[in-house]
Amino acid sequence: MSEVIKKFMYVNRKAPYGTIYALESLEVVLIGAAFDQDVSLAFIDDGVFQLTTGQDTKDAGMKNFSPTYSALGDYDVTKIYVEKESLEERGLTLDDLQDLKYEDEDEDWAEKDSIRLVSREELAQVMDEQEILLSF
Amino acid sequence: MKFGIQVNEGPYNHQSSDSAYRFTKAALEKGHEIYRVFFYHDGVYNGSRLGVPPQDDRNITELWEALAEEYNLDLVVCVAAAQRRGVLDESEANRNGKDANNIAAKFRISGLGQLIEAGIQSDRLIVFGD
Repeated sequence: MSEVIKKFMYVNRKAPYGTIYALESLEVVLIGAAFDQDVSLAFIDDGVFQLTTGQDTKDAGMKNFSPTYSALGDYDVTKIYVEKESLEERGLTLDDLQDLKYEDEDEDWAEKDSIRLVSREELAQVMDEQEILLSF
Repeated sequence: MKFGIQVNEGPYNHQSSDSAYRFTKAALEKGHEIYRVFFYHDGVYNGSRLGVPPQDDRNITELWEALAEEYNLDLVVCVAAAQRRGVLDESEANRNGKDANNIAAKFRISGLGQLIEAGIQSDRLIVFGD
């Protein structure tokens, strides 16, 4: 769709419910996937809660959109950075998060982990390499 | 330099639309180019022509429109966010069986692709929000 390929990072900072930022961020990611850009996602602060398993929104009367994250691999969104300190500060570990995978077309569609656990310092480095940072 | 602008908050409740407006105006006055201003989340409310703030306060929608008039700015409201919040143009109102529309004349409703495109085409994309 475009000859220019830029490094886009979507930075997710907020809890999945309570505000609409998480849901509408995901909508941008899905639409943006059609543009064949170099896309990555970062989950920091309360944003790490977006990826937790077992979300149940029935009593809150809101749509549970968390199953959509597992489809990101099919949209070629395969770089998902989760900040280690944000998890730890909230008493979470990787085991509390969805096991997001993608199939690597360069390696005979081998299934690989999408989530990359990085320190705050490492994530700052990755952010520094981006051309477009969209924060939600 | 060519800037893309994203506005994520509605008028008045947050300062982000004011800040985005002032940045955009200053950039244009310095001779920079604004590729597009894209309104997302509650930012779509900036595009409602029905706001009537008190006369001794600013009217943010009209400020944006005056700037658009002077500099031929492209003010784009996200269609998905706008439909969710009841910001409609005539064709969207008709298509969804609604009895009215409220989009201000200098704004247009379009898709999220316009935001990604603004990121691709601009030298910098600047996000104004919380």
